[in-house]
Amino acid sequence: MDYFAQQLINGLVLGSIYGLIAIGYTMVYGIVGMINFAHGDIFMIGGFIALISFLVLVSFGLTAVPVILLIVLLVSMAITALYGWTIERIAYRPLRHSFRLAPMLSAIGMSFVLTNFSQVSQGARVKPVPPIITGGYTLHEGAAGFAVQLSNIQIVVVLTTIVLLAVFTWIVSRTRLGRDMRACEQDQTMAALLGVDVDRTISMTFVIGAALAAVAGMMYLLYYGLVDFFMGFVAGIKAFTAAVLGGIGSLPGAMLGGLAIGLIETFWSAYFSVEYKDVAAFSILIVVLIFMPTGLLGRPEVEKV
Amino acid sequence: MSATSARPSPAPPTSGAAFIFKKALISAGVALVLFSLMIGVRTEAGPQGGLIYWTRFGDLAVLVATVFGGSIIVELLRQWWGPVDSDRFVPKPVQTAMAFAGRWLAPALLVFAFLIPVIFYNQRYILDLSILVLTYVMLGWGLNVVVGLAGLLDLGYVAFYAVGAYSYALLATNFGLSFWVCLPLAGILAAFWGVLLGFPVLRLRGDYLAIVTLAFGEIIRLVIINWQSLTGGPNGVSGIPRPTLFGIPLDNSDDGLAAKLGIDFSPTHRIIFLFYLILALALITNWVTIRLRRLPIGRAWEALREDEVACRALGINVTTTKLTAFATGAMFGGFAGAFFATRQGFISPESFTFQESALVLAIVVLGGMGSQLGVALAALTMIGGFELFRGLDQYRMLVFGMAMVLLMIWRPRGLIGHRAPTVFLERNQAISSDLVKEGHG
Amino acid sequence: MSDDHILSVDRLMMRFGGIVAVNSLSFTAERRKITALIGPNGAGKTTVFNCITGFYRPSGGALRLVHDDGRAFQLERLGDFRISKLAKVARTFQNIRLFPGMTALENLMVAQHNALMRASGLTFLGLIGAPAWRQAEERAIDLARTWLDRVGLLLRADDAAGNLPYGDQRRLEIARAMCTEPALLCLDEPAAGLNARESGGLNELLLSIRDLGTSILLIEHDMSVVMEISDHVVVMDYGVKIAEGAPQAVRDDPKVIAAYLGADEEEAIAVMESGT
Repeated sequence: MDYFAQQLINGLVLGSIYGLIAIGYTMVYGIVGMINFAHGDIFMIGGFIALISFLVLVSFGLTAVPVILLIVLLVSMAITALYGWTIERIAYRPLRHSFRLAPMLSAIGMSFVLTNFSQVSQGARVKPVPPIITGGYTLHEGAAGFAVQLSNIQIVVVLTTIVLLAVFTWIVSRTRLGRDMRACEQDQTMAALLGVDVDRTISMTFVIGAALAAVAGMMYLLYYGLVDFFMGFVAGIKAFTAAVLGGIGSLPGAMLGGLAIGLIETFWSAYFSVEYKDVAAFSILIVVLIFMPTGLLGRPEVEKV
Repeated sequence: MSATSARPSPAPPTSGAAFIFKKALISAGVALVLFSLMIGVRTEAGPQGGLIYWTRFGDLAVLVATVFGGSIIVELLRQWWGPVDSDRFVPKPVQTAMAFAGRWLAPALLVFAFLIPVIFYNQRYILDLSILVLTYVMLGWGLNVVVGLAGLLDLGYVAFYAVGAYSYALLATNFGLSFWVCLPLAGILAAFWGVLLGFPVLRLRGDYLAIVTLAFGEIIRLVIINWQSLTGGPNGVSGIPRPTLFGIPLDNSDDGLAAKLGIDFSPTHRIIFLFYLILALALITNWVTIRLRRLPIGRAWEALREDEVACRALGINVTTTKLTAFATGAMFGGFAGAFFATRQGFISPESFTFQESALVLAIVVLGGMGSQLGVALAALTMIGGFELFRGLDQYRMLVFGMAMVLLMIWRPRGLIGHRAPTVFLERNQAISSDLVKEGHG
Repeated sequence: MSDDHILSVDRLMMRFGGIVAVNSLSFTAERRKITALIGPNGAGKTTVFNCITGFYRPSGGALRLVHDDGRAFQLERLGDFRISKLAKVARTFQNIRLFPGMTALENLMVAQHNALMRASGLTFLGLIGAPAWRQAEERAIDLARTWLDRVGLLLRADDAAGNLPYGDQRRLEIARAMCTEPALLCLDEPAAGLNARESGGLNELLLSIRDLGTSILLIEHDMSVVMEISDHVVVMDYGVKIAEGAPQAVRDDPKVIAAYLGADEEEAIAVMESGT
């Protein structure tokens, strides 16, 4: 039971990170109808920028951890958001009304560019960082000397996710930008006729998605204490799986799907085999798509004849 | 469909020196922010295990200046060309010339391919490269059945390539079966896996199918890595037997081909044999595909790409039709995989990554979705281009990615933008790709 | 159910969630006759069509189709492509669904898929170019040529379907449906978007198809078409049948006039004017 509780905590933390990435996929899919293949790599870039800005800040002599974390968070969100904006501008916007495969291949190309850009610019070796947030609480002292631990970093990850999710839900449901986004999702032409700046709205979608991915990247860095140039690919597929599981286009669905994938992966590793955890996650994707093509919270698609 | 056209606002100036300068300045500013940390600061694990960093402001400045200059050049070119559209980039005469070239280009390429071992007999490098190109031509033609004809987006094609390769490698090393027995088996096994995957997922549409095939490709790779007792895990399978000329080995032993023919042994013989083997396999793929297009099954594939609902209304069983396309493509992938294994003598999971799938898909799309000649040309361009950057090893994928993006922007419809009809009454006229659909699956 | 009914619709129900689109609808279509299904927008006509042609699975009721040789099919149990393949029901679509990137001739060849698949020995005989397959292909091209000729598109046989003018596309879609050699042809608003001359040509085409022995079920808004060629008219409103009978009788039925007046003034005027 204690072991189970511990895995539950670990799974929720991992799921929060997946959920943050999944939101980017789901938003872009909802509004432009494409899988932004480069999104996993945006997450990776976010992790790198967090790492570098952290190093630079520490070498400047800053020691107050909360201040450092706040600056790192803002810097990596800002710069990564600019990556998202630039990619949309260069690789996707020219292809918006082109045929369907073109943006997808362009996105795959962009994913290669980002992966190899960070390999070339930062080297292929894994970048470890010492634990930044330490300590934690023992929730329950088990019988066999096994204790259920809740570390501070886990609390930070979950809290950050909740706060950002709240802010983000507010943006989508209450602000003018959110209204424009929902309008573009329904019908871009009509939205444009009613005075919505479609180009700008789509750009903002990419910016927000990238910013959230940057947060996920930073949380990943803090939680696992390392980044490498290849981490975007697998994380990206899993986050996409999460988005699909939750019902693509649905924001709460993305978060829910992220948590589900995080839990499945953690429990699979804990009770079955670590080697096959990715196989489990991908198999779930296939099974969900077959039996529940619209996901947990997605709207069913009615075929028009 | 322009979004901005709905708003009657005064158009900002889109030409003139001030405009170009402003735009370049913005680009440079964006580049400065993007690259500031990623280029300007280099991190590395230090000798004590902790991270150290050093700055590279010189590199950063050079890059930002490059973006500034590049932006000016691009903007000048754009104003010189006028509004960007594909007709402008590929003028009509050029398009007709390309269509005309298509008539004699294919036979000329074929003759040239047959003569390569004669012309470049002593140039091992060129022979190896030709074999590599032909392997990708074959893979491209195989995937073309799925993506180009049936319009099903398959991002996990490499899985079938892997199934073929491992089928041959394991059957040959464990049971001593010869290449010629294993070749059909590899194809059948790959097709079997194609059906196995296809059966549940082919109901899915569009991007969902793409992502499921991608996941499937990854599953196959992960299973190969982790099922060490069977596949040797990350270490792969080595000592895979070389192919024989129907039982006669191509080595310098007493019953080798050279000894039997009474000529001096040369390792080149094997390379040339491999060359003609893959050429034959590729040509068989091509021949079968061309034949299939003119049969009801092939027409149903293309009809499926055009309109699935109409197909159902005409009594076509959409599921089995998709499955046959998937299985046919997988089978060709399996053949290519078996060839790859026998050529290399060693295979490992590293050869079957997503990048391979993406490369083959890029070849098909660049080739022009469904055009056999286009796929061959695209394979030549891509693999040849890849070789050009061999020296810049770590920049290779970077350049490849950029090339993919630029090619899509330049020619989203691929090199050959025409579809040849499969049957005609009076005139055999090509159909513009603007009309041809790309499928939903 | 007597033998001269090719299609008997018996208490057909179709629900979408809580909405009842078709409510206990019963009617019959006579063999070698043109039956028209009319009604105001949103009456549920296309839903009925989608049930008959297997795109929707009915929530309840029975759809019975009887071939000339007496073989009967329960369409609601067949579903999907089998309705066209086995029960020989062909259809066209309200918004034309051709294969735009294929030529007119190719479109008609795809329509003969099932016959050609058999002839090609499920592809294997065709792959080796067996003589039996070649003859079958010749025959298929002949059939396609015949229909291209009948709809007046023989000269455009090798043009991409997507390049044909609208009226030609409508006729090509009918020719494609006929190439499946159907027992029942279902047409979803074949006259929509046609001008008066094209519409007249369509009337002749449909009458000639009927005279060749194919039964026709028709949804149409163009009352001139309905009044001129239908043998029997079924009127629907809000998912139920409100009237049926000969065109003249239906047109004068006050319930029909009321339904059209209540729904759409233009259509009501069209109904009434078509009689004068």
